Amino acid sequence: MTNPSNALPEGASSFARIQAGMAKRRAAERRFKMLGRLAVSVGLLFLSVLLISIVSKGYTAFWQTQMRIDVVLAAEDIDPEGTRNAETLRKADYSSLIKQSMRDMFPEVSGRRDKFALYGLVSNGAAFDLRDKVMADPSLIGTKVSLWVPADDDVDMLMKGHIDRDAAEGDRRIKDNTLGWIDQLKAEDRLELRFNIDFFTKGDSRDPELAGIRGALMGTIFTLIVTLSLSFPLGVAAAVYLEEFAPKNRWTDLIEVNINNLAAVPSIVFGLLGLAVFINVFGLPRSAPLLGGLVLTLMTLPTIIIASRAALKSVPPSIRDAALGIGASPMQATLFHVIPLALPGMLTGTIIGMAQALGETAPLLMIGMVAFIADVPQGVFDPSTALPVQIYLWADSPERAYVERTSAAIMVLLGFLALMNLVAVLLRKRFERRW
Amino acid sequence: MSPQGQAMAFKFDGAAGSAHTTTVGRDVRETVGEVRVNDPRIRCTDINVHYGEKHAIKNISLDVGKGEVLAMIGPSGCGKSTFLRCLNRMNDTVRECRVTGEILLDGEDINGRHIDVVPLRARVAMVFQKPNPFPKSIYENVAFGPRIHGLCDSKADLDVIVESSLRKANLWEEVKDRLDDVGTGLSGGQQQRLCIARAIAIEPEVILMDEPCSALDPISTAKVEQLIEELRQQFSIVIVTHSMQQAARVSQRTAYFHMGDLIEVSETDRLFIKPRHQLTEDYITGRFG
Ligand SMILES: Nc1ncnc2c1ncn2[C@@H]1O[C@H](COP(=O)(O)OP(=O)(O)OP(=O)(O)O)[C@@H](O)[C@H]1O
Ligand SMILES: [Mg+2]
Repeated sequence: MTNPSNALPEGASSFARIQAGMAKRRAAERRFKMLGRLAVSVGLLFLSVLLISIVSKGYTAFWQTQMRIDVVLAAEDIDPEGTRNAETLRKADYSSLIKQSMRDMFPEVSGRRDKFALYGLVSNGAAFDLRDKVMADPSLIGTKVSLWVPADDDVDMLMKGHIDRDAAEGDRRIKDNTLGWIDQLKAEDRLELRFNIDFFTKGDSRDPELAGIRGALMGTIFTLIVTLSLSFPLGVAAAVYLEEFAPKNRWTDLIEVNINNLAAVPSIVFGLLGLAVFINVFGLPRSAPLLGGLVLTLMTLPTIIIASRAALKSVPPSIRDAALGIGASPMQATLFHVIPLALPGMLTGTIIGMAQALGETAPLLMIGMVAFIADVPQGVFDPSTALPVQIYLWADSPERAYVERTSAAIMVLLGFLALMNLVAVLLRKRFERRW
Repeated sequence: MSPQGQAMAFKFDGAAGSAHTTTVGRDVRETVGEVRVNDPRIRCTDINVHYGEKHAIKNISLDVGKGEVLAMIGPSGCGKSTFLRCLNRMNDTVRECRVTGEILLDGEDINGRHIDVVPLRARVAMVFQKPNPFPKSIYENVAFGPRIHGLCDSKADLDVIVESSLRKANLWEEVKDRLDDVGTGLSGGQQQRLCIARAIAIEPEVILMDEPCSALDPISTAKVEQLIEELRQQFSIVIVTHSMQQAARVSQRTAYFHMGDLIEVSETDRLFIKPRHQLTEDYITGRFG
C-alpha cells in the first residue's frame, strides 16, 4: 500500500478520493476479465477446430463396406479325404473358393486382367474369414454359405464418396467396368456399410480395410504400464528423499540441477540412450513394450520428481512440526502426514508425465517400435508398436483409406488420454484434503 | 492484555528490538533473579543459539522446576521461541541453526551424542503458536502419538487414552459425538485444545507451549489457562506468551527475554510487582519501544 498522506490534496477526504478512483479501477478490472475470457475463447476455438476436423475426417473409419458373397463349400476342394482334420481345414485353398463365387456372380467376365480386377473387389482378408467360419463349424462343408466379408478399400472409398465417379477414367482408381460391377452388387443389396469391428480387434495390415488399432493400443497400454509402475514409485521415492531427508549440500544441489536439465532434454536423446544401453548392453528385445516403457520411464522421471518435490514443498511445515513435536520420527511424519497431503500434487505430476509418454513417438522410433507388426502383442516382451507411432505410419501410407484411419487412430489416442485423465481426477478427488 | 503486547505480536521478528540497541550495549548481560530451582526437571547452562551469523540466544542459563509453569515473556524477536525449541531439539529441523551449551533433562544432557531425538520429543512435547491439527479425524489426531510410541495394546486402550486426553483438554464434551470429523474443521480454539490433547496423549514430562492462546478468544483462552493449571499437577509446562496478564495468571515463575538475553527470572508475583531490572520494568509497564 502506498503512503496515502502525501497523495491526498488538502481538504479532500480519503473516502472521496477512493470514490474518484473507483471508476478507473473497475475499468481495469473489466479489461482484465475481458482479456482472460478472450484467451479462453481463442483456446477453445482452436481446440474445437482441431477436434471437428479430426472427427469429421475420422468417423467414417468406424464403418466399413462389407460384401455378401455366396460360396459353395465343396468337400472335394476343402477336405477331399473327409478326415475333417483341423490341419487339413486350415491349409485348404479358400481364396480360390471365393474367386469361384465371384466368377459365379459375374459369369460374363473373361480375360486375365478383368478377372484380376473382379477378384480385387473382395479384400484379401475374406479368405481368412471364410477359413475361420469353416473351422468353427466343419458341418458347413458340402453346403453353400452366404457370408459378409470386407470389400476392398477402393470399393469402400467409392461407397463413402471419396472417389469421384465423374472423373476421367484414367484419373480414377476404379475403372469403368469395375464401376459397373459395383453398381450391380449394390443393386443386388450385396454391398453395405457396417460397423467396423475389425478396426478395434485387429492389428495393423498392409490392406487398409483390414488394418486395426488393437495392436498399437495394446502396445501403448503395455508400454504405459511398464512406465507407470517404474516411474511413479521411483519418482516419488526420489522426490521424498531429496525433499525430506537428503542433506542440503553441493551434491544434492548438483543432483537437483541435473534433474531439471534432464526434464528439458529432447526425447529422442532418451531413445538413443535406450538403443545404446538397453539393447546393445543389456540385450533387451527390440521393439518390445518393456523397452519402450524403460525409455519412457527415463523421460518421465524428471517430470514426476519435479512435480512431486513441488507438491512436498507446498505441504505446510506446521504439519511436519506437529508430528515431530510429539515425537514422530521423520519417516513417520513423512509417511503418515506429509505424503498423503502431497499425493494429489504427485498424481498431477504423474499424469502429466504419463500423458507425455502416451504421445511420445521419437524415442520409440529409435528402439524399433516403428516396425510393421501385424500381430496384437500379448505381453511386454512381444514386438509391438504404439498409438502415436501407428498414427505416424498410417499418415505416411499412400492409400486413401489410411487417411480416415489416421484420424480415427487419433480419436482413439485422445479417448485414451481422456480416460487416463479421468482416472487421475477421480484419484485426486479421493486424496484431496483441506488443512 | 496490554496494548504493547498485542501490537508486538504482529510485528516482524527483530523489528521491535532495534530501537534499544543504542541505549543498551550489545554485550552479554548478567541475568537478574533466581535462575536455579531446587528440584529441576530441566537445567540449561550457557545456551547459545546462532542462526548462521545471527546470535539469537546469548549465554542463557535457566531451570524449569517439576510441577512448575514457567512463563517466558519479552518483545517480539527476542528469542523466546528459539529458546523453547532448544528444549526438545526442534531446532534440529532448522538448517542453519547451531545450538551450544548443556541442557539436562532429569540430569541427562539432551544435546549428547547418543541421545535420540524421537524419544526425547515424546518426553518433551510441543504445542505450537498456530493450531496445527493433522487434516485427519479428531480421533486420529489424538491417537497418532500413542500409536507411534506403542502406548496402547488394543483399540480399547486407545479409546481410553483418546477420551481421557480430550477430557483433560476440556474438549471432550464438544467433540464426543463427532470424533470422526476432520480436526481442521474445528474452530481455532477447539483446534488448539485438540493440539494440546494430542500432546498430553503421549504423557510427556514437559509440555512446551509457544503462544498457545494468541489466536484464541477470551473464553477459549480461559479454558486453556484452566487446563494449564490442571496439567501442572502432572507435567512441567513452559509457556511463551505475549500477555502479561496470562503469565501472571498461570505461571509460578516468569522469565523476561530481551534481544537474545535472559534479563530477569523471578517468582511471577514478584516480577510483576517489583521488577529488579530496568528493562523488565520498562517492558511490563508498557514503556518499552
Ligand atoms: N529460522 C530462522 N532463521 C534465521 N533467523 C531466525 C530464524 N528463526 C528465528 N530467527 C531470528 O532469531 C531471533 C529470535 O527469534 P524468535 O522466533 O525466537 O523470537 P520470539 O521471541 O519467539 O518472537 P515472537 O514473539 O515474535 O514469536 C529473531 O531475531 C529472528 O529473526
Ligand atoms: Mg515466537
